[in-house]
Amino acid sequence: MEPFVHLKGVAAPLPIDNVDTDAIIPSRETQSVSRSGYGEKLFANWRYLPGTREINADFVLNREPFAQAQLLVGGRNFGCGSSREAAVWALSQFGIRCVIAPSFGTIFRNNCIRNGLLPVTLPIEVIEPLLSDLQACVGQAIVEIDLQACTVTGPDGAVHRFEIGALDREMLLSGADEIAITLQKRGLIEAFRNMDRTQRPWVYQDSQIWAEDARETGT
Amino acid sequence: MAQAQPATLIEKLWRAHEVADLGDDTSLLHIDRLFLHERSGGRMLQGVAAAGRTAFDPAMIFGTLDHIIDTDPGRTDQTKFPGGPEFIQQFRSGTAAAGIRTFDLGDPNQGIVHVIAPELGIAQPGMTLVCGDSHTCTVGGIGALAWGIGITQGEHVISTQCLAVKRPKMMRVRFDGALGACVTAKDMILHLIRLHGARGGQGCAIEFCGSAVAALSCEARMTLCNMAVEFGAWTGIVAPDEKTIDFMRGRPFGPEAGHWANAETWWRTLHSDQGARFDIDIAIDASAIAPQVTWGTSSEQSIGIDEAVPSPDDVADPVARGSAEKALGYTGVTPGRPLTGLPIEAAFIGSCTNSRIEDLRGAAALLRGRHVAEGVKAICVPGSSTVKRMAEAEGLDRIFADAGFEWREAGCSLCFYAGGDSFGSARRVISSTNRNFENRQGVGVRSHLASPLTVAASAVAGEISDPRDLVTR
Ligand code: SF4
Repeated sequence: MEPFVHLKGVAAPLPIDNVDTDAIIPSRETQSVSRSGYGEKLFANWRYLPGTREINADFVLNREPFAQAQLLVGGRNFGCGSSREAAVWALSQFGIRCVIAPSFGTIFRNNCIRNGLLPVTLPIEVIEPLLSDLQACVGQAIVEIDLQACTVTGPDGAVHRFEIGALDREMLLSGADEIAITLQKRGLIEAFRNMDRTQRPWVYQDSQIWAEDARETGT
Repeated sequence: MAQAQPATLIEKLWRAHEVADLGDDTSLLHIDRLFLHERSGGRMLQGVAAAGRTAFDPAMIFGTLDHIIDTDPGRTDQTKFPGGPEFIQQFRSGTAAAGIRTFDLGDPNQGIVHVIAPELGIAQPGMTLVCGDSHTCTVGGIGALAWGIGITQGEHVISTQCLAVKRPKMMRVRFDGALGACVTAKDMILHLIRLHGARGGQGCAIEFCGSAVAALSCEARMTLCNMAVEFGAWTGIVAPDEKTIDFMRGRPFGPEAGHWANAETWWRTLHSDQGARFDIDIAIDASAIAPQVTWGTSSEQSIGIDEAVPSPDDVADPVARGSAEKALGYTGVTPGRPLTGLPIEAAFIGSCTNSRIEDLRGAAALLRGRHVAEGVKAICVPGSSTVKRMAEAEGLDRIFADAGFEWREAGCSLCFYAGGDSFGSARRVISSTNRNFENRQGVGVRSHLASPLTVAASAVAGEISDPRDLVTR
């Protein structure tokens, strides 16, 4: 995973609450088993005219400078809805590496962290003026993020501190492989399971027994 | 003797599964069950294989086909979903190679993952269960700690049988009082979300309790927990009780006979202690809930069926007002007017929210001897092959068919539109599903979420209708 340390770039405003993962990447745009090719599918229902691939000139990401956006500023509960990780792939493959919003859907946020995309939570009192600044100051809609210092610098130069869990921050800064880290704890996992097996043996029945049970009961 | 601190149910389950404290309020939790489906399961398995890893404990992993497969009779791998066969084959070869028990097309146990997990006893009270689907919280209805994850996290579980999880805030939602006629668990959860917003439960694990929850069947509790995610919550749960234990009896993948007594003893300890602390407490008078219908594109945009659609002019916050205006623009309903009387073109009964046998029985009771209005495309999709067989044994399929409903094979079906199956030209749909997002059920389709009873009554009338009128008429 590509580490995330610092980013300075165009930020696009999307002042809508409850932007769901279906909006970020429509279901019918996820018809390939591959992990690539999602950039052009981002926000497909809003970015293109209905049922076509013709550009909807009104949509923010189709206007300059926002077509170059590396950051997105959204409303509350951004990324709610379905667990589809392709929503994060679509954002990253479009070029967006950071989303700033008052709050996020939990699964979406987890997916961001594991794909090197930084979710920044700021209070709505900070987001609303930021959104209006971005909507107004076309040409200089530049926002800067420093993950080491945990700061966001708006187009007006105002610096806002944000909070992020230490583990999430570490994973983003280092670009570490979480699975490899957990596998180093294999001893702990085995020890837990050996202990748990004595407490809750029914959880550990093996699949052979299940298969026979299922056959006997005829379900 | 020093007493242990009173703990919530979720804290107890957390401790029972904690492999390591990772600091930063995060624990490495053991995952008792991972359920895969053909939409994302094949990708997870492929990711694990590509990293040169293998499944840590394949006996704890199960798979089913539900999302992409067709639900028409006589279905095959050649689904209407473009690219569908590739997903199905990738999933089938991936699960076979990893030794994962999978309920394929034609398997009598096949069905929507969240319906079959408890139905087969694969999900049990007190277990941790995850799945690459946001409605995994459904299984909280039988007292499991269950939540949805993404693909990368799925790869983590396959490889380690564990997941690093941030401790949620504890929320308790208490519903007390008796539900009125034709008011269901679906109306309870829509009412809650409407009152507290689609992010009212953000960052929380919710324990649902109170006399109205105790009175619900396990199936209805699953409906309640299903939409915890629409409330923004990490998950929802109902403490197991006698009903839950009865529900678990005889499930094919439940505890072996020799372990049943111990399992039951443990399940009985799974409740919040007296004096346990919750970060947020919400109390709802269940007797005041009316049948709910949504008017917008978020589950919070819901009203009692006898109320008028609110006006965005009354919303002070600019982003919220803009969102309401956008929603009204999409759904084309008029503020200040009730939803009843609004003509619908399609009606759908199905999805992990409302496709269990009780849901079908409830709708069939209203449809018996009646017919859907002319021009309404009505579809009923049982949640699992088992539910379908039960319904057919009771003759419910005849009632649906005689009333003009299509009767289908089990699966997610028209709960979401993936480019294949559609409502045809129908643009306004009353639906027993859980998401009314823009284009969720088809490009331009306007979805009104409601209980199966309200869907049935509306299908008969050809317009959004109060099911209570049908009962008293
Ligand atoms: S029925 Fe709908 S909400 Fe439930 S798992 Fe399937 S697609 Fe998701």
